[in-house]
Amino acid sequence: MSVMMPKPSEAILARRRAIVEALRAIVPGEGVVDAANEMAVFESDGLTAYRQLPLVVVLPSTVDQVAAVLKYCHREDIAVVPRGSGTSLSGGALPLEDGVLLVLSKFNRVLEIDYDNRCAVVQPGVTNLGITHAVAGHGFYYAPDPSSQIACSIGGNVAENSGGVHCLKYGLTANNVLGIEFVTIEGEVMRLGGKHLDAEGYDLLGLMTGSEGLLGVVTEVTVRILQKPETARAVLIGFPTSEEAGECVAAIIAKGIIPGGMEMMDRPAIRAAEDFVHAGYPTDVEALLIVELDGPGAEVDHLLAEVEGIANANGAVTCRVSQSEEERAAFWAGRKAAFPAVGRISPDYYCMDGTIPRKELPKVLAGMKAMSEKYGLRVANVFHAGDGNLHPLILYDANKEGELHRAEEFGNDILRLCVAVGGVLTGEHGVGVEKRDLMPEMFDETDLKHQQRVKCAFDDKHLLNPGKVFPTLHRCAELGRMHVHKGQVAFPDLPRF
Amino acid sequence: MSSARSMTQDDSAATILHPQSEADIRDIVAAAVAAEEPLAIEGTGSKAGLGRPVQAARTLSLAKMSGVTLYEPEELVLSAKAGTPIAEIEALVDAHGQRLEFEPMDYGPLHGLCAGQGTLGGVVACNLSGPRRLKQGAARDHVLGVRAVSGRAEIFKSGGRVVKNVTGYDLSKGLTGSYGTLAVMSEITIKVLPKCETETTLVLRGLSDAEAAGAMAASMGSSAEVSGAAHLPMYVAARVADGALGNDAATLIRIDGFGPSVEARAAHLGRGLEKVGKVERLDPQASRRLWRDVRDVRPFVDGTQKPVWRLSVTPTRAHEIVMSLRMQAAIDAFYDWQGGLVWLKMETGEPEADLVRATLRRFGGGHATLVRASESVRAATAVFEPQPGPLAGLSHRLKEQFDPKGVLNPGKMG
Repeated sequence: MSVMMPKPSEAILARRRAIVEALRAIVPGEGVVDAANEMAVFESDGLTAYRQLPLVVVLPSTVDQVAAVLKYCHREDIAVVPRGSGTSLSGGALPLEDGVLLVLSKFNRVLEIDYDNRCAVVQPGVTNLGITHAVAGHGFYYAPDPSSQIACSIGGNVAENSGGVHCLKYGLTANNVLGIEFVTIEGEVMRLGGKHLDAEGYDLLGLMTGSEGLLGVVTEVTVRILQKPETARAVLIGFPTSEEAGECVAAIIAKGIIPGGMEMMDRPAIRAAEDFVHAGYPTDVEALLIVELDGPGAEVDHLLAEVEGIANANGAVTCRVSQSEEERAAFWAGRKAAFPAVGRISPDYYCMDGTIPRKELPKVLAGMKAMSEKYGLRVANVFHAGDGNLHPLILYDANKEGELHRAEEFGNDILRLCVAVGGVLTGEHGVGVEKRDLMPEMFDETDLKHQQRVKCAFDDKHLLNPGKVFPTLHRCAELGRMHVHKGQVAFPDLPRF
Repeated sequence: MSSARSMTQDDSAATILHPQSEADIRDIVAAAVAAEEPLAIEGTGSKAGLGRPVQAARTLSLAKMSGVTLYEPEELVLSAKAGTPIAEIEALVDAHGQRLEFEPMDYGPLHGLCAGQGTLGGVVACNLSGPRRLKQGAARDHVLGVRAVSGRAEIFKSGGRVVKNVTGYDLSKGLTGSYGTLAVMSEITIKVLPKCETETTLVLRGLSDAEAAGAMAASMGSSAEVSGAAHLPMYVAARVADGALGNDAATLIRIDGFGPSVEARAAHLGRGLEKVGKVERLDPQASRRLWRDVRDVRPFVDGTQKPVWRLSVTPTRAHEIVMSLRMQAAIDAFYDWQGGLVWLKMETGEPEADLVRATLRRFGGGHATLVRASESVRAATAVFEPQPGPLAGLSHRLKEQFDPKGVLNPGKMG
């Protein structure tokens, strides 16, 4: 673990007994967990390289309890880490030694489904796929589909602004959430949005979405549900080079086609997936595209023909259109199993998440190849080709001295390269602890201070999820200062990088 | 102030400052902070009639911060300085077969001004969207990144130029719809998308508002991927597309996309709607004309300053709100966004804010914004929906963080 977390407060640790008792008074029964062996399950999230037992775990079951817990922690200056299902890949739900872990898993009910207004009101602990299951009977679904959708909670999706393979066409969580109820660190319950669109004032919903649990604790979510497309068919296209695959992607979009999903895999990822699930992927190609077209049958047929033509014009060596639902599912099975497939060929892997302008793909892949040689570690790539979101998987062995460290350095170099070509550090996994210290690669100090000023408006004592997202914690009093000297504003914060 | 030009407007004593660079903006804001003298922030001034009147001796105009700085059609991305005319951007992307998917509306005609005068910065600052917002999201869903100068006279950026980005807080969304009260945006990056090959509109005639609500809900809930659902009650219908629709109420369902797909979806949905009434179909040109008029609130472009409200409500409750209001006040109304957007004109000239807002709360909630009224009415009325205490406190704290001296468009939203 190479990221330093804030130093635990000795005073809080010393008061642990009293804190546990106070929390038990708010959340009775089994809602407060303080035995080390019972808390162990919560010691990490999806970023398993980082582990820490929390001060205590609280599992409230009512909004009143959430509000009372937060109010108590605010009064007593105790840090709080909110957690949904704990599938974060960036350590967003990593506990703090001196912090309360607030787990929302008991908030697992679908509260209302309103088909006429195409929305569902759910509690934050409902899983992403759980929403789709609840509305599937009427032919509806919830569009954002992170690969952890079977387990990840909608509250966590809001915190992370989760994406998925379909977000090129259907948007991220932020574009599919209509409203939330959340509780501030002061214990104030607030509602933003609802069944209507847009905000009456500042877009606080937009700020809350993707704020990684640093601004408030979400206790209810209203999401847009959509009628399921009439049909979906996928085409599997192999290319001798990733450049040609990239050109094919650009040509599809230039033709005005926005596929439901457009995924790319490189040779190592293709091989690993094929060996694992036998999806029928060609293993003699350097790059494989899965293009899924969804919509009315007439549209899908029309566009499939277009895509096939574009693929052939761009050097495709194989091109197979799914002829049945089973075959479509098989095409996806390999892609969706890419992570575990890589897990079979390496003791450990480290999943990255940069986004780049699509045209920079050849440059970034070449850069990664050079880094792979430099660090002596293999890398496999899966890539949301439509929106430029890369998921390089760095293969390493944690039991070998120094390999984790090398993998992390390798990953950091990849993200630096992403930023250098005009991209960003994280497309959908979040900053968390993992990419916290890389934030200055993308933002200068003034940029970061403006982000932290949002934090100050919501949580001026920095009690919610401290140590995540921001590399340095500026006290709000310090951020609030403005120096006016002889009729001029001083600029202590001008860009320095 | 390096290259900033200042000049005095001919018809008033107000000073208009024309920064030509981000550094100029910073210097102007810094001077305003030091002197504690507020600034009105504007592009071309086409939306000056929105929000509450700003009391400021000086105006910071972004009109000279103009120009597209990056456009890569194959990457679906465009960046432009905030003062770039939106018409210029729309023409540019149109020439490349693309469009702004959120279909930004134009308040110009409603405010008695020419159409097509606004800037990108204005569209984003007011989060302006059109009928397609229902399916494809608002301006806020298409802003990828911003550069701006906050009320602390500091230049900062947020977001980037790629669609998928969760790096740090989304200040781009925070600034979108903030009416220039948090920061002065200098450059904005937006997502652009391919425009549709073709479109058609299905028209149902003579439905009551309640029947129309049902037909629109059924259409939106179908797999026809409807990109516009509006209802124009009797007489309102006559005031779009030069009267082409006649007087009878018209319920409009737009379908766009690739030719064969539009044909198949329109035929399928049309059959489904036949049980409600006879379904007519408009050709692409007539459809485009019609939706532009719906988008720009053409039925209420009447050369007056009679108050016009924009209600954002639960779509299926909209007709109940309108019916209740009709019984208590002289109003004219029509619906977009499946009913989720209600345009309401107050015929007596009184805004009746309390009545409008109480009625809205009674039928599912939402918010009401007074989008047209004389300056004196806007000064005396809560133009934006008042927020409950704790939420108002949070909004206030956000404003204080970004603009501690209150120099940017003070009072515009409050």
